[in-house]
Amino acid sequence: MSPLLQVCDLTTHLFTVEGVVKAVEGLSFDLDADETLALVGESGCGKSMTALSLMGLVPDPPGRIVGGQVLLGDRDLLQLSEHEMQKIRGNEIAMVFQEPMTSLNPVFTVGDQIVESVLTHRQVSRRQARERAVELLDLVRIPDPRGRFDDYPHRLSGGMRQRVMIAMALACDPDVLIADEPTTALDVTIQAQVLDLLGELQGEFGMGVILITHDLGVVAGIADRVVVMYAGRKVEEAPVDDIFASPLHPYTQGLLGSMPRPGLEERLREIPGVIPSLIDMTPGCSFAPRCAKAMARCREEQPDHATIGDARVVACFAAEEEVAGRGLAVDT
Amino acid sequence: MALLSIRDLMAHFETPRGTVYAVDGVNLDIGSGETVGLVGESGCGKSTLGKAILRLIEPNFGSIVLDSVDITHLKRRQLARHRHKVQMIFQDPYASLNPRATVGRIIEEPLMVNGWGSDRERKERVAWLLEKVGLPTDSLKRHPHEYSGGQRQRIGIARAIALNPKIVICDEAVSALDVSIRAQIINLLTDLRDELGLSYLFISHDLSVVEHIADRVCVMYLGKIVEIAERERLWAMPLHPYTQILMAAVPVLDPKIARERKKIIPRDELPSPLNPPGGCRFHTRCPYAQPKCRDEEPPLRPLQGRQSVACHLVTEQADGSIAYPTMAAEAAPKNDVRGAPA
Repeated sequence: MSPLLQVCDLTTHLFTVEGVVKAVEGLSFDLDADETLALVGESGCGKSMTALSLMGLVPDPPGRIVGGQVLLGDRDLLQLSEHEMQKIRGNEIAMVFQEPMTSLNPVFTVGDQIVESVLTHRQVSRRQARERAVELLDLVRIPDPRGRFDDYPHRLSGGMRQRVMIAMALACDPDVLIADEPTTALDVTIQAQVLDLLGELQGEFGMGVILITHDLGVVAGIADRVVVMYAGRKVEEAPVDDIFASPLHPYTQGLLGSMPRPGLEERLREIPGVIPSLIDMTPGCSFAPRCAKAMARCREEQPDHATIGDARVVACFAAEEEVAGRGLAVDT
Repeated sequence: MALLSIRDLMAHFETPRGTVYAVDGVNLDIGSGETVGLVGESGCGKSTLGKAILRLIEPNFGSIVLDSVDITHLKRRQLARHRHKVQMIFQDPYASLNPRATVGRIIEEPLMVNGWGSDRERKERVAWLLEKVGLPTDSLKRHPHEYSGGQRQRIGIARAIALNPKIVICDEAVSALDVSIRAQIINLLTDLRDELGLSYLFISHDLSVVEHIADRVCVMYLGKIVEIAERERLWAMPLHPYTQILMAAVPVLDPKIARERKKIIPRDELPSPLNPPGGCRFHTRCPYAQPKCRDEEPPLRPLQGRQSVACHLVTEQADGSIAYPTMAAEAAPKNDVRGAPA
């Protein structure tokens, strides 16, 4: 079975006065229906720009997708016109943003905003759209959905607003849901509620979910597969259990080491240095300046994605050597 | 005698919609060299408490005794003589540094304001501070915008420790930082604590960070402390239902545990501090609430083992063990009698 969504060699650049920002460089991954894929990385790793690229929402100027393919079924979304893309957005791919406060219109009731998104995509009467909106509010576990329908966004808490955003995204049964840091602005107990909801809805709707986050803790609870990004590139991809049990890329290892863990008294393992600028990229691996395992080769040559076993990918010369040393098959 | 001693502290705000009980009767001691973690969700009053200690927000009631001096009612000029003992590091390193000042000027400013040393001594002190927080010496003439978030937080830390404070209040000091940078700053804070003998009040919504850094932890809910205990004790045996729920909501770094652990998801959302519920403030979300919890406010009671809790359902048994509600019983409240570790 071919995957639901295939991203091949996606490259998105921002053309700024200071120079070309290589926000996303040659990114490839597949998403299956019924699967939650996490895109993980720190600020500036390109994870949000990836989401905007998939949605056809890269701000232009300064941004432009300069290469690659995004295949949904047999269509390449990057070849579609804006008009055709409008039909895809919301219907087939929907997105939930980090900041529900700024993504909802403050002068319309939440009910009207959901009705609007139903009417945009479906040939239904206003009354039917209204019924659908109440259904959706109920679906995202908002208590008293009929009463909440007429509330303005400012009357709702952050968690409730995020539920409304999810309801709008689900209005047309999308095949792919992209959630960009959906719980970052929320308190931990509310974060737990929203993640739980996303997990349940993923199963109910049979969607492929792309969860974009900086928080590895969130990933452990909800993702099936993880793509770790650094400076615009994928550095590692693996099933979620493998990422946590045996991370291969030194950056993934560093990220996990820098998280405080219960019962560990020792100093946190730092990743030295700072996140690099995406304008003056050095040749070679962009993590090399911060990497304890960097060799001379790492500073000259960009490591390719090597496939390890049947489900893992890593872009690192040192990791390749280590894995080969353990007798595992490496396919470059 | 504790270095900092807060008694019955209240900070209320009048708003057009009513009074916000941001801090509503808080008692807290911080010892010399001790790190106290203060956790809770947005609106619980943890930042207001931090600011009230510095009297950046004037408390309405209660007392703040710093280093044996009651600073609650000191006039500005007198207060200035003591305020250098408590300094603050803020969450947002972008908003808390003057963009037009050089880094050297930013770090030197508290020294100048307090008439510290001669011009040359101050310059030497600034150079020493830069080195302490791991900033390059050429930082002096640069401006904050030239630095990343983590580096800016280092500038904020250098400024905070410039006057040799005894206590530093860290208000979500690492919350805005990327994971790899956050670890650097946490390590810097622990190094400085050990080297300079600092005490911290470490305010954070992130329990995993607090568990890493704090000796003692207090949990706040809607303006009140609901539980205080030493770190190991609290993580081994969280007594208050809210503490248990907070801990259960923290994402874990192990997919197997994350999938299998029992989900204890609290009911509803945080009520508004404008109209906090009567009785126990947590009763509207508490899975174990009983009629008494609606009617009567539980006081913060000390139990054995330096643990205090404000919950009617926690009781000390005759044999010295502690009975408390646990997640083992999902629906029906049940008092699980477990021997308390000595």
